[in-house]
Amino acid sequence: MISALLKRLGQTLFVLFGISVLVFLVFFATPGADPTSRIAGKNASPETMTRVRHEYGFDRPLPVQYATMMKKLFITRDLASYVDRGELVVPEIVRAAPVTLSLATGAAVIWVVASVAMGTVAAAFRHTWIDRSLMMLGLIGISIPVFWLGQVANLITQARYHDTWLFSWVPGLGYIPFLESPVGWFRALIIPWVVLAVLFIGIYGRVLRADLITVSGEDFMRTARAKGLSPTRVLLVHGLRTSMITFVSLFGLDFAQLIGGGALLTEVVFGLQGVGRLTYQALSNLDLPLIMASVMYSAVFVVMANAVVDVVYVLLDPRVRDAR
Amino acid sequence: MHADVPLLEVQNLCISFRSHGRNVPIVENVSFSVNMQEILAIVGESGSGKSVTATAIMGLIDTRDVKITGSAKFRGQELIGLPQKAFRQLRGRHIAMVFQDPMTAFTPVYTIGWQIDEQIRAHERVSKSEARARTVQMLGNMGVPDPERTANRYPHQLSGGLRQRAMIAMALSCNPALLIADEPTTALDVTVQAQILDLIRNLRHDYGSSVLLITHDMGVVAETCDQVMVMYSGRVAEFGPGDAIFAQPAHPYTAALLDSIPPLTGPRPTRLPSIAGSPPSPSERPAGCAFAPRCNYSHKSCETVPPLVTYGQQSVACVLPVEGRALPSRAVTKDLA
Amino acid sequence: MTGPLLRAENLRKDYKLSRGQKLRALDNVSFDVMPGEVLGLVGESGCGKSTLGRCLLRLTELSSGRITFDGQDISFLSERALRPLRRQIQMVFQDSYASLNPRRRIADLIAEPLCVHRDKNGCKRSGPAIQARLAELMNLVGLPVSALTRYPHEFSGGQRQRINIARALALAPQLVIADEPVSALDVSVQAQIVNLFTDLREQLGLTYVFIAHDLAVVRQISTRVAVMYLGAVVELGDTDTVLHTPAHPYTVALISAVPEPVIRHAASRTLLHGDVPSPISPPSGCRFHTRCPHAETLCSAKAPDLHLLSDGRLVACHFPLMENL
Repeated sequence: MISALLKRLGQTLFVLFGISVLVFLVFFATPGADPTSRIAGKNASPETMTRVRHEYGFDRPLPVQYATMMKKLFITRDLASYVDRGELVVPEIVRAAPVTLSLATGAAVIWVVASVAMGTVAAAFRHTWIDRSLMMLGLIGISIPVFWLGQVANLITQARYHDTWLFSWVPGLGYIPFLESPVGWFRALIIPWVVLAVLFIGIYGRVLRADLITVSGEDFMRTARAKGLSPTRVLLVHGLRTSMITFVSLFGLDFAQLIGGGALLTEVVFGLQGVGRLTYQALSNLDLPLIMASVMYSAVFVVMANAVVDVVYVLLDPRVRDAR
Repeated sequence: MHADVPLLEVQNLCISFRSHGRNVPIVENVSFSVNMQEILAIVGESGSGKSVTATAIMGLIDTRDVKITGSAKFRGQELIGLPQKAFRQLRGRHIAMVFQDPMTAFTPVYTIGWQIDEQIRAHERVSKSEARARTVQMLGNMGVPDPERTANRYPHQLSGGLRQRAMIAMALSCNPALLIADEPTTALDVTVQAQILDLIRNLRHDYGSSVLLITHDMGVVAETCDQVMVMYSGRVAEFGPGDAIFAQPAHPYTAALLDSIPPLTGPRPTRLPSIAGSPPSPSERPAGCAFAPRCNYSHKSCETVPPLVTYGQQSVACVLPVEGRALPSRAVTKDLA
Repeated sequence: MTGPLLRAENLRKDYKLSRGQKLRALDNVSFDVMPGEVLGLVGESGCGKSTLGRCLLRLTELSSGRITFDGQDISFLSERALRPLRRQIQMVFQDSYASLNPRRRIADLIAEPLCVHRDKNGCKRSGPAIQARLAELMNLVGLPVSALTRYPHEFSGGQRQRINIARALALAPQLVIADEPVSALDVSVQAQIVNLFTDLREQLGLTYVFIAHDLAVVRQISTRVAVMYLGAVVELGDTDTVLHTPAHPYTVALISAVPEPVIRHAASRTLLHGDVPSPISPPSGCRFHTRCPHAETLCSAKAPDLHLLSDGRLVACHFPLMENL
């Protein structure tokens, strides 16, 4: 068990190292991507260029540059933004992370519960009008662009009907930290959660329904029915657990990419200062230290999410347990 | 319960599937009965309708494109058209089923013991520990070594033979009156098959159960069964006591099937007597006797479906006995030294 | 006296598993197959008979040992050097459907080896020559020539197996290795295919290695039989000798376990207990001693070698059953 964990940790570190080297090379060592002129600004004099180059260490060999960057990022944590001079990068990420975490986690809870319910009900009533209308709803959910849905939600709750009793509780756009006011946190996020979850409910509900229907043709489902179990029990106890495999692996990937900044559009629409928005700003300004930091941050989450998915596999399926 | 009333009585069972707008008959006019503590074998090749018949009796056909008519009475209770809710009371408790492939017939994510406990607790109000005690006892009775530990293992961790023993233990856990075994040994090796057949043979003494055994293997039939029903292309070809059928098959199909099995003892034939062609698919079934196109004896009167007639101890769907041209008997008895 | 067509010497195949374990799928398997002979390989699942078949064809690499075909050592020949030999050794598998590409016509499936390999004179075959050969093959396996333009799903299991046989025979091989070719078929169809194998051998002078779990089928078709248990040959000899007067207790049990379609007067069978042990940790000494009704202390200590009995068969048992000899 311990050795498996250590092995996993080793793999994680290796993956992170690979990603950091790659990102570093893309932004610092590709021809034409001269970070010096980027920082010094347009039409800078040669003297300024030299000064900047020296100050940021761009006149040293690449491995040294990489090592300096990593040291500043992880050990001394004093890596500063090139664009907003002096602004430390790591604290910026630390400020943005809880916003994104809150957004993604809440949405994930909603979409898992709703899509499991939707997929299971659709499978139980397959080929009836219930199934068909649920699947139609799912398809609509998948097709609606998240920014449009977000804008519409804002229009309704912030503007048009904000003063009615129905939506007067909705606070203005922006994030309220959980520790400051749990109720405010919830109020501020509930609409973004639902908006973000809609797409995933559609996808996951459809995937789960398809898996459940495949599983219902299996021999063991027939055995379960031959045992005299109720259809509900057959579906939930024998079918659902065995068909969660695809669901879990999809979830790992989607959740990780949301945490890593994939909820950009939702963050923009609802004025949330999350990691997605931060990364977007960094990219549009070509703020290399900030790009480096945010990419590393999301890589950590993707790798961690994969590790968690592996653990859940083991819990779900004893065959995986014995295969390692 | 009257001793002379059969445990299961099936009459004129017809099963047809709707496909591309027309009815394709899978099983036609099948009638048979299973008496108390009797082993009846339904034997036939793939597509003969033997498994569908069993699945229909268990009420496990749930496609709406299927039409089932006729009657199947279990202890006098009509099973055809019985609502699913009432069926659940019977399934697992009074009629249990064992399937062909024990690997895929258990849910892979729960332990064997958990799955047997589940069946017991679905039908009887017992505590978890009582159910487990019965599970362990049943596994032990079925010859599973170290039943307590085996109960805590997952299906994939057991060998095929052990899994099938566990399957039978689960089927018998509520002491059913009828056990339907669908090709229970087909996926197993011969030495393990011999063990499982031994187990099934002894069920009637040890548990008082009747068995409906579905198989394609005439050898398995000879080893285990009292009564035999031979099916060909969805219809009954021949029905009767195993001894009589093996001694003097009355239907040319039964005779040809027995002949085409390579013998394990005695002189080796240079060529095996074989049946030309292959069984017809349900949608291409001939108008008359379904076996006629492959039959050496087919003639004019085979163009209509032959009715079941009594011949000796058997009933047979063939015109030959009526025409006074019954098949010769086989040299089939074998003394084991 | 010509030499054996195929000779296997001390074949060994290990599969590496996780945690440093290994599975010995074949352990010191040796035998000869003479031209025109049918060697039947029987045993239960996991006895290594299919692995052996694949190793003989070099579809699976051996761990050690030597395979000689027609006097040439092929055990570690490169894929390139092996190619001319591939036409001499062909294989027929159990699953008649999975062996045929469902999207191609029968003619294309059978003609493929004819197009890939050159003929005896080293020339590419012409279109008419291929067509003639296809018609000849169809005739050989008892299918109408019209079948050539159809697709695999249009045929029944027995007919598909005939197609597979036709494909295997396309290049006129000397040796055909058949892995459970009839076990997926219905009994009435199985007899047809067994007969076809027998007829083809007589007509074309073929040599077979016939792998099956069904003793009766193996008896029907083979001239010699090798009984395998947990990766090793336990008994090898003439079919009638081995199956009528078995010397190894496992062979006895295997024969006794086969259900026969006859009315038995006395149920005096040798019922083996338990399952086949895991090949990852085979029993010490004789690998059969855990289930053997005649096992003695020597059996768990020392593994018996395959030795010759007076009637010419080989048996790996310390106490071969001689009562029938």
